[in-house]
Amino acid sequence: MHKRPRDNIAALLLTAPFLAVYGLLFLYPTLQLVFVSFTDAQLTAPGAFVGLQNYARLFHDFRFTTSVVNSLYFVLMTAIPSTLLGLAFALITVRLKGFLQPLVLALFFLPYVLPVTTVGYIWSWLLDYPNGLLQGPIALFIGHRMHVLSTVSWILPTVAVVTVWWTTGFNILLFLAGLRAISPELMEAARIDGASRWVAFRVITWPLIWPVTALVLTIQLIIQVKLFDLLYLYVGGGEVNATLVLLQYIYDLGFTRDQAGYAAAVAVAMFVIVACMSVVQFTALRARSRA
Amino acid sequence: MTEAAATDAVSASRQLKLLRRLDIAAFALTVVGLLAALVWAFPLYAAILGTVALPSGSGGKIDIGAGLARYAHVLFHTDIGLWYINSIVTSTAVTVGVLFISATCGYAISQLDFRGRKLLWGLILASFMVPIQALIINHFFLMNAMHLLNTWLGVILPQLIAPVAVIVYKRFFDSVPKELRDAALLDGAGHWALLWGVFLPMNWGATAALAIVVFIGAWNAFLWPFLAVTTEPLMNITVGMSQARDALGGGELAAAMLTGLPMAVVYLIFQRRVTEAIVISVGIKG
Repeated sequence: MHKRPRDNIAALLLTAPFLAVYGLLFLYPTLQLVFVSFTDAQLTAPGAFVGLQNYARLFHDFRFTTSVVNSLYFVLMTAIPSTLLGLAFALITVRLKGFLQPLVLALFFLPYVLPVTTVGYIWSWLLDYPNGLLQGPIALFIGHRMHVLSTVSWILPTVAVVTVWWTTGFNILLFLAGLRAISPELMEAARIDGASRWVAFRVITWPLIWPVTALVLTIQLIIQVKLFDLLYLYVGGGEVNATLVLLQYIYDLGFTRDQAGYAAAVAVAMFVIVACMSVVQFTALRARSRA
Repeated sequence: MTEAAATDAVSASRQLKLLRRLDIAAFALTVVGLLAALVWAFPLYAAILGTVALPSGSGGKIDIGAGLARYAHVLFHTDIGLWYINSIVTSTAVTVGVLFISATCGYAISQLDFRGRKLLWGLILASFMVPIQALIINHFFLMNAMHLLNTWLGVILPQLIAPVAVIVYKRFFDSVPKELRDAALLDGAGHWALLWGVFLPMNWGATAALAIVVFIGAWNAFLWPFLAVTTEPLMNITVGMSQARDALGGGELAAAMLTGLPMAVVYLIFQRRVTEAIVISVGIKG
């Protein structure tokens, strides 16, 4: 490569808007988050340095443990079903011809573009006790009607069902992109050679689609661990300990209890959890680009 | 000879049978797909009907008059007009802001040779790992210190963090032929002119895709707009409709429709673009 004069000045001008925004709204808050986690700051007043006290407190704070366990519980209930459903629906959708494919895709995908408030109100109406439209099916399964959004042990599973309905469309899109990359000639050749649908899926489709599956699953892990909006609409900001999740706990500590320092420590813990998941996702993405 | 023909005929009829069976299987899968999609979208049309049906318990009879009255109640007893304006202004500003800082930065990283390029790129890739939501406390500190709480700018600024847009732009700009750039530079064009005159027009699809994804994301954003604004007239539609529940007069479902309608329309109009956009923004294509 020939030596070009460096474009330092042009680059500085072109990156200046980005650097200003990221410096002020990303780097500075991130560093400050770590700093604040070592203090007893309040939301509107800086605090004194307290060393590792906030972090020590994490280890015997049952609300923190609950929020971690609940977040992971929620991730399990959403990430796996929405990935599997996404794959199944994509496999069905990709074979449709003509106007049917965009139509079916639109029906699956429409919920994803709706705001949380819309989704929240629609489902609280469907689940309304005792006469909501879904109370019939609920009674069929458990034998009686149930106020699912005020029964503590049912709240997270219900929010999980709504979330799966809300976000599976996104997964379908990613799977469709992967499936469309599989050459139809290859598939046809296999079928003419007498391979059954199942064999063709196992030998051709699955090896090409599993890296997408890994990617979708890890994206889901990261998205779902950040649950807040929908749960907030249904139960508020963390008054109920039994359904507490990480982001809700940060909100509750920082904005309701005015313990910003400790909230920052919880946020750092959440950051570590998401970072670990991101490493897994990055590996999945790399595996896919190699495939 | 005849024997061979007979075998051919048998195998042909076997193939025909196989094909016919395949078609039945294919047809069954199509039907299953359609049914699954119809069931999946059931909450949507049930809710649309629900806004004009009498309250549950009365047998769900359709009553257009009562339904319209509920829509009217939401329209006239809330600040919905202001909420729409707040949503449109902040979402548009977030979109324009993200595209601007990402296109310029993506161009620099893709086309320029400068000190700290690798460091900047590494920083952008690493910033993926930070859950922005974990920064709510610090964004609140900052916006409070800048006296931007309860303002449009306070809602907009923290939403400008979207590293994925830089990555998408860099990737698209990387694939622009080098000769094009070198020729333009020899003609005396500056990088600024090159970005606006060549690179952005050539990658119009990337900009459209990012604009759609960012706009939908900003319109649907809840947590930060909810924290940054506490006075009702300044709320976004998603926050306003959830906070002013008492003013809805039992018209929650009508409120839900009015809140979700703009995004549903945007999606139905730009269906192809939206689906492409989401795939591009995740990094599967492009």
